[in-house]
Amino acid sequence: METKPSQKITKGAEFIIKDAKAEDIFIPEEFSEEQQMMEQACHDFMNTEIFPHVERIEKLEEGLMPSILKKAGDLGLLGVTAPEEYGGLSMNFNTSMLITSALGPSGSFSTTYGAHTGIGTLPILYYGTKEQKEKYLPKLISGEWPAAYCLTEPDAGSDANSGKTKAKLSEDGKYYSITGQKMWISNGGFAELFIVFAKIDDDENLTAFIVEKSFEGITMNDEEEKMGIKGSSTRQVFFTDCKVPVENMLYERGKGFKIAVNVLNIGRIKLAAAVQGASKNLMDTAINYSNERKQFGKSISSFGAIQTKLAKMAVKNYALESANYRAGNDIDNAVQELIESGMSKEEAKLKGVEEFAIESAIMKVHGSEVLDFTVDEGVQIYGGMGYSADAPMERAYRDARISRIYEGTNEINRMLAVGMVFKRAMKGSIDVMTPAMEVAKELTSIPTLSSSNDSDLFDKEKAVLKNLKKTLLMVAGKAAQKFGVNLNDEQEVLLNLADIMIETYVTESVLLRTEKLVLLKGDDFCKNRISAAKLYLVDAVEKISLAAKEAISYVAEGDEQKVMLMGLKRFTKYELPNIHLMRREIAQEMISNNKYCF
Amino acid sequence: MNILVCITHVPDTTTKIKFVDGKELDKNGVQFVIGPYDDYALARAVELKESLGAKVTVLNVGKQETEPTIRKALAIGADEAIRIDAEPSDAIFVAHQIAHIAKQNSYDLILMGRESSDYNGGLVHGMVGEMLGWPSVSPCMKLDLEGTNAKMQKEIEGGKELLEATLPLVAGCQEPIAEWKIPNMRGIMSARTKPLNVVEAISVEGAISYNSFDLPPERSSCKFFEVDQVDDLVNALKEEAKVL
Ligand SMILES: Cc1cc2nc3c(=O)[nH]c(=O)nc-3n(C[C@H](O)[C@H](O)[C@H](O)COP(=O)(O)OP(=O)(O)OC[C@H]3O[C@@H](n4cnc5c(N)ncnc54)[C@H](O)[C@@H]3O)c2cc1C
Repeated sequence: METKPSQKITKGAEFIIKDAKAEDIFIPEEFSEEQQMMEQACHDFMNTEIFPHVERIEKLEEGLMPSILKKAGDLGLLGVTAPEEYGGLSMNFNTSMLITSALGPSGSFSTTYGAHTGIGTLPILYYGTKEQKEKYLPKLISGEWPAAYCLTEPDAGSDANSGKTKAKLSEDGKYYSITGQKMWISNGGFAELFIVFAKIDDDENLTAFIVEKSFEGITMNDEEEKMGIKGSSTRQVFFTDCKVPVENMLYERGKGFKIAVNVLNIGRIKLAAAVQGASKNLMDTAINYSNERKQFGKSISSFGAIQTKLAKMAVKNYALESANYRAGNDIDNAVQELIESGMSKEEAKLKGVEEFAIESAIMKVHGSEVLDFTVDEGVQIYGGMGYSADAPMERAYRDARISRIYEGTNEINRMLAVGMVFKRAMKGSIDVMTPAMEVAKELTSIPTLSSSNDSDLFDKEKAVLKNLKKTLLMVAGKAAQKFGVNLNDEQEVLLNLADIMIETYVTESVLLRTEKLVLLKGDDFCKNRISAAKLYLVDAVEKISLAAKEAISYVAEGDEQKVMLMGLKRFTKYELPNIHLMRREIAQEMISNNKYCF
Repeated sequence: MNILVCITHVPDTTTKIKFVDGKELDKNGVQFVIGPYDDYALARAVELKESLGAKVTVLNVGKQETEPTIRKALAIGADEAIRIDAEPSDAIFVAHQIAHIAKQNSYDLILMGRESSDYNGGLVHGMVGEMLGWPSVSPCMKLDLEGTNAKMQKEIEGGKELLEATLPLVAGCQEPIAEWKIPNMRGIMSARTKPLNVVEAISVEGAISYNSFDLPPERSSCKFFEVDQVDDLVNALKEEAKVL
């Protein structure tokens, strides 16, 4: 049986209140031969241009990283979604997710690539004038000019809009003179173009500028000594009366933060793709090592303790990938719909991603934490060698850590995701209130024993999934009722809600992907994938249960708390699968293939 | 100039090979690629196309499942492709198919890998040369053209051999004949618009059949002895390895 990529228009965050169907989502197994060839080309690129030169890259050998970036440009990897007229490929968003993921294992280069193609290039692509695009995009897309993005300042990190960098219009009105200090600027050391955020005069809000390296008044500190991604240039950049022609202002005065936010929306989900690729590659590394390393006369992969680690990694990875490409395709569909309704392509792309900003934040958080899990257990599987700089896990462990920090820390992204849901609910763009009230009613009514017919694949799991959504609505509804507009100050509750939301989204994605894949390849082929989906659900329910309890302990008291806890107990009930057995079988498949199996 | 590049469709070299009942390759989960040596032949052909101007045709003897591999060759820079619709059962069968196509066209150069990386026969280029009455050179590690004169370098025991021949000729290629090529994205996108002609195979009596396949025995672990443990070493060679 054939399946096809879904073209169903879904609204952002709708998963909270609606149940998607398998045919509504895209699964990575539906990537075309052409897209797969592109993915393979990225692997070949890393095998020839990156992996053999890791030591030189990590030492920041002068000129090396920009030359690799240029080679990526020659292959066409720097403008995947950009229009052909500027040298891009005009491919859809999910193809760029695939390519970003394929380049994910490249460590330092992955950051260079992300900063250049994402936050460095997109502000011009989406907000530039025709002249600005014509002047700069071909240089960026060919890799001739590496780009950097200068938002963060010593005193403006998470609170990015509070930057102090100033821009003053010259008396003749021909240029702005920018003065200020930027920090943690990726690609800073070799960038030829900087997107710089500054406040004009006494403006409250940021404005973005395109700054060429050749403009006067740019100086830099030495490279930062970092924990990981050491081969990625990170600098402090100082602008001292840097003269920027007025025509290099991007978009409108005071609208810089909007650019920053929208570009970060894209950056976040792309980061999720990158960490997914990194994590998948590290799984192969870990499996291979566990097969080769012998102790007590056997491969350590024959030990249950190792197998359970391998299986846990695989399950998380499989689920992450399911959610990432589901969200990517939802973005594509939203963009397509907007284009068809008459919007310009670039604007449609922005709006499409904005619609899924919640999912993007979710995936950034979830992806970076899956990678952290993989590297942590990866080091453990390597034992002492995991701690040695001679083996690949040590660097991977250090490199992974940044993903939870940049593109908005995971705390900021968690709170942002929940905050956006409440905002959309207030605006009425999604109706969370009605179902939340229904759940509240259900709590105090006599429970009807829901009888799913249990005959179809995942019927039981889907019933549980529905209940997880109810859990989210129950806790969110109560928190909103109790704190009203002050909910923003109750960060611990927001974090709990974010965890419930993340796990719900990812669980739904992995169930639906597996269901669709069974149609494509049959039960036998999917046996371990079905187990993986069930195992993911178990983990998710346990996490959600804890997060909900934490929140309930704070938002409700006395009888009300009791009622909520009873509801929670009901909502988080599931049939226990044979966890160890399933994990062993998944591990076995990987051990025998000597690589990640999904 | 017309260049024909013959490519094989083989399991990726990192594949953990398994067999079904010792009779055939278990293709489940196996990723297939252009034979690594063929990849160099193709890369050289594309280089010659870029420097001298040439039309590059790729040819593969294989069933429909090999088409993604053929399209990859188109993505890398070949202009068109021919798939001879048959299992490549042995070298003589494949050589006859290639020679048959070559006779109908006017190729100046037929390039292929020095051997395929599945059966590693290394026979086809010699056979094709013989069938066409053309010179054939393998392993060809350098190939430059001056008009119809080809200058080549071949690896020989302890050194290299410099050869010259007049086109047309057949070469079984090996690195460093060319810089290995990764298809660029635009090439990949244009591959599907290039012609891929499927032709029927001519009938040829096969010369080889395979009875069964076995994996090599697993390597046992390595034991190290210090210089002052000669007695232990001798003992181990006698008792454990039983070679003394
Ligand atoms: C290697 C690297 C590369 C980078 N590349 C770039 C780049 O190219 N361009 C660029 O502009 N920036 C870049 N950054 C900056 C990065 O985006 C910031 O470091 C990040 O946004 C966090 O800001 P901060 O470091 O000031 O941390 P802080 O904002 O000081 O945060 C410290 C801690 O407090 C928490 N916190 C902060 N505010 C809140 C709040 N309101 N509520 C709850 N908790 C909060 C955070 O989650 C974090 O745990 C990079 C950083 C690094 C390390």
